[in-house]
Amino acid sequence: MAEEKESLFSKKNLQLLTGPLGSQNPITVQVLGICSALAVTAKVESAIVMALAVTIVVGVANMAISLLRKTIPNRIRIIVQLLVVATLVILVDQILKAFSYGVSKQLSVYVGLIITNCIVMGRMEAFGLGNKPWPSLLDGLGNGLGYGMILVIIAVVRELFGAGTITLPIAGELRIIPEAFYTACGYENCGFMLMPPMALIIVAVIIWIQRSRNKDLIKK
Amino acid sequence: MKAIENWIQKTKPNFEKGGKYEKWLPIYESFETFLHVPGTVTTTGSHVRDAIDLKRALIIVIFALVPTLLYGMYNVGSLFYTSIGEDYTMMEAFGYGFIKVLPLIVVSYIVGLGIEFVFCYIRGHEISEGYLVSGLIIPLIVPVDIPLWELALAVAFAVIIGKEAFGGTGMNIVNPALLARAFLFFAYPGNMSGSSAWVHSVEGKATVDAFSGETILGQLNAGVAPDAIHGVANNQLSVCDLMIGNYAGCVGETSVIAILIGAALLLFTGIASYRIILSVFAGGFVMGLLMNCLAPETNYVMQLPAFQHLLIGGFAFGAVFMATDPVTAAQTNTGKWIYGFLVGVFAIMIRCFNPAYPEGMMLSILLMNVFAPLIDHMVVKANINRRLKRAKAAQETVTNA
Repeated sequence: MAEEKESLFSKKNLQLLTGPLGSQNPITVQVLGICSALAVTAKVESAIVMALAVTIVVGVANMAISLLRKTIPNRIRIIVQLLVVATLVILVDQILKAFSYGVSKQLSVYVGLIITNCIVMGRMEAFGLGNKPWPSLLDGLGNGLGYGMILVIIAVVRELFGAGTITLPIAGELRIIPEAFYTACGYENCGFMLMPPMALIIVAVIIWIQRSRNKDLIKK
Repeated sequence: MKAIENWIQKTKPNFEKGGKYEKWLPIYESFETFLHVPGTVTTTGSHVRDAIDLKRALIIVIFALVPTLLYGMYNVGSLFYTSIGEDYTMMEAFGYGFIKVLPLIVVSYIVGLGIEFVFCYIRGHEISEGYLVSGLIIPLIVPVDIPLWELALAVAFAVIIGKEAFGGTGMNIVNPALLARAFLFFAYPGNMSGSSAWVHSVEGKATVDAFSGETILGQLNAGVAPDAIHGVANNQLSVCDLMIGNYAGCVGETSVIAILIGAALLLFTGIASYRIILSVFAGGFVMGLLMNCLAPETNYVMQLPAFQHLLIGGFAFGAVFMATDPVTAAQTNTGKWIYGFLVGVFAIMIRCFNPAYPEGMMLSILLMNVFAPLIDHMVVKANINRRLKRAKAAQETVTNA
C-alpha cells in the first residue's frame, strides 16, 4: 500500500461529515428516511431523540460494516448488515427505555423501525462496504446529522404552529406563543400541522427552497 | 375604449425587451390582456381550439357564480336576523350579508392574486387569471364567520402548495379552492364544523330560544330524523326550502336554484361539461338509493331520500362549479362520465359512513381530482386496444380472403 497517509480531518473526510448537511442531504436530496420523518416530528423532543438515535446507529453500524467489509461474503451481506443494525437498535431501544421512558413511549415502534430505515441500509451499502472505517464513521455520522437536522426543522415548524409550544429534552415543554395571543388576538393553533401529511408538505417546501437556491440539484 | 387602446400603444414599448420597465412586463401584460383580447398572433401555423381565450372563459364562470353569491349574501343577513329574532326587510338582510361577505372576497383576492403576481414576477411568466375564479369560489365555500387571517392562510396554502408548486395556472393536480377549504377544515375544525360555525353571530346579541345553527348534515348526524330537518328558527324545511336554500351552511352552497341558474349559463356557453354535471348527480342519486335500501333504523344520513341528498350540503355547488374545473377533471369524454359518477358516489358514501366528515363532496372531489389522470389513461388505453383489435380483425379478413 503506497497510499499517502491522510490526516484524520483532511478536507476530504470533513466533506463526508458536512456534505449530508447540504447538497447530499439524505432526506431532501436522496429522499430517504421519509417514513420516520413523518411519524416522529409532532414534537421537537421526540425528533431530537430520534435524530440522535439514528446518528449513533448509522455511524457505528457504518464503521462496523467497514471493519468487516473484507470478510463479509457478498451474497449474505444484507443479512450481516441487518444483524449489525438490529443489535445497535436494540441497544438504543433498551437505553431509551431505561433512561427516558416517556420519550421511548412516544417513539413507540419507530425506534425499532430504525432497523429498516433506508438511510442506514443505504449508507452501509453505498459507503461502508467500500471504504475504510474512519471515513465510514464520519459518513455515517454526517448522514445521521443531516437526517436529524431536517427532522428537527420539521418538528419545530409542526409543534410551534400546531401546539404553540416547543418541547425540548430535559427543559421540557416551553410555551412559545403566549396565551394572551390566543385570547386577545383570536389566534388558533393549526390542527393540520399535527397531522402526518403536513410533515410531507414541509419536507416538500424544504426541498423546493433548497433546489431553488442550489440549481445543481435539479435533475435534467 | 379607444383611449385605453391608444394609451396601451404608447406605454407598451417601455415594458418590452430593452425598455425602461422590462421587468414588470408580466404584470403590465396581465392588465393589458384583461382589458383587451391580446394582439399576439402565432408566427407559425396556427392552432385554433376555441374562439374565446382563458380570460373570457373565466369571466363567464364569474358571472355564473353571481347568483349564488347574491343569494349567499342575502342568506347570511336573513339567517342572522332570524337567529336574533328581529324583523328585517330583504334589502336589510342583503346589505348586512354584503358587509359580512365582502371582506372574505377581498382577502381571498388580495392574498391569492398577490401570491400569483409574485410568482409570475420571479419566474417571468405572463400572469394568467387562473385565480379569478378560485378567488370567488373560496369565500362561497367557507362559513361566514371564519376569521380572516385563517382564510388568508388557507388561500396562501392553496395557491402556493396546490398551484405554484406544480407550475401555476393549468398545472395543478387538485382544485385550489377545495384545497383551501380542506386546509381550513383540517387546520381549524372548530370554525368549520359544529352548530355555531354556520350562522353569523355577534357577541352580546342573544339568539332566539328555538335557534339551531346546525347544518342539515350536522342535524342528521346528531340524530334528527330526515323528515324533521329544520332551519335556524326551528322551522320545518320542505323540499322547496331546500331548493331556495334558506338554511344554515357555507355562504354560497345552500341555494340550489341559484346554483342551477349558474349551471344553465355554464352549460349554455359550453364552459362546463354537461357530462360531468349530469354524472355527478347520477352517481349521487344511485348511491343515495343504495344507501336508502341498506339504511339501518338509526342511521338518519343513510335514510335521507336520495334526491334530497343532492339538494343539501355542498353537493350541487360542488357538482356544478368544482367537479367541472377543466384543469383537474378528466379530459376524455368517457373519462368525464366515469369521473363525475364516482365523485357523486364517493360524496354520498363519505357522508353516510363517516360522521366525522359530514361534507363528503369536498373530499370526494379532491380524491377524484387525483384519480382523473388515471381514468383518462385507462380510457385512452382502452381505445387504443379496441382499435388495435379492429385493425387486426380487418387484416385477418384481408389475408383470409
